[in-house]
Amino acid sequence: MIEMTAELPWIAAVPVALLLLIGAGLTLVGSFGLLRLRSFYERVHAPTLGTSYGMGCTLLASMIFFSVLQGRFVIHEIVIGFLILVTTPVTLMLLARASLHRDRLEKNEQVPPPR
Amino acid sequence: MRWLLPHPLVSLGLLVLWLLLNRTYAPGPALVGIIVALMGGWALALLDPGRPRLRRLDVVLKLTLHVLLDIAKSNLAVARNILERKSDRRAGFLRIQLELREPQALAVLACIVTATPGSAWVEFDPEDGQLLLHVLDVGEEADWVRLIKERYEQPLMEIFA
Repeated sequence: MIEMTAELPWIAAVPVALLLLIGAGLTLVGSFGLLRLRSFYERVHAPTLGTSYGMGCTLLASMIFFSVLQGRFVIHEIVIGFLILVTTPVTLMLLARASLHRDRLEKNEQVPPPR
Repeated sequence: MRWLLPHPLVSLGLLVLWLLLNRTYAPGPALVGIIVALMGGWALALLDPGRPRLRRLDVVLKLTLHVLLDIAKSNLAVARNILERKSDRRAGFLRIQLELREPQALAVLACIVTATPGSAWVEFDPEDGQLLLHVLDVGEEADWVRLIKERYEQPLMEIFA
């Protein structure tokens, strides 16, 4: 792998490195938010950094890296991105609704009442 | 033709997905892919989710562009919120009255809202169209209503009209 990367021309290596750093940075900040934010509903927002542009930048970097190295279009990362995009709302909604249901049962004043 | 390909676009999408994942166009995997694509179309026909008509490709493109921009902006905003610990940040629930009733369009809206950091779709009442959102930094409530209703709901209604 390391010898392979040495063959990567700088014109591709620079954007790949930048995209990887941005993607990993956003995902790291999102994970940090899980520690830092106080309520459950606030913490629901933190991982979406990783599932939106955190994922997007990493996948784009992977597409450029392997397309340039192999000299052909490597685009099956789009499938990964699409699947993450359509499946995260399901998990997030399930978590948020489960938490809302419990808070309402416990008569927590912080959450809006059912209509 | 209809019995063989009840959902031609879905079947085509499945075939492309299969070939992309296998990373080959060899006849063997392609044949399996065609079978998978056909069966996927039949399964969807049995589930019968309705047949949404997509109109206005220009609106689809504009909405996609807007969403990509908004997600980028809110990525930065949420990252700042996490790192800086702003004192005037107020997280909270918002209720928004939606006109949209098409299930597929609502699903797309849910994906958009959830994919955008800082806003999460919590609950939707299909009878009176009330949407409950949770927002990390509320700021001006009217801005959120305008964002959802004018920037997302309006184009979605044109697309799924």
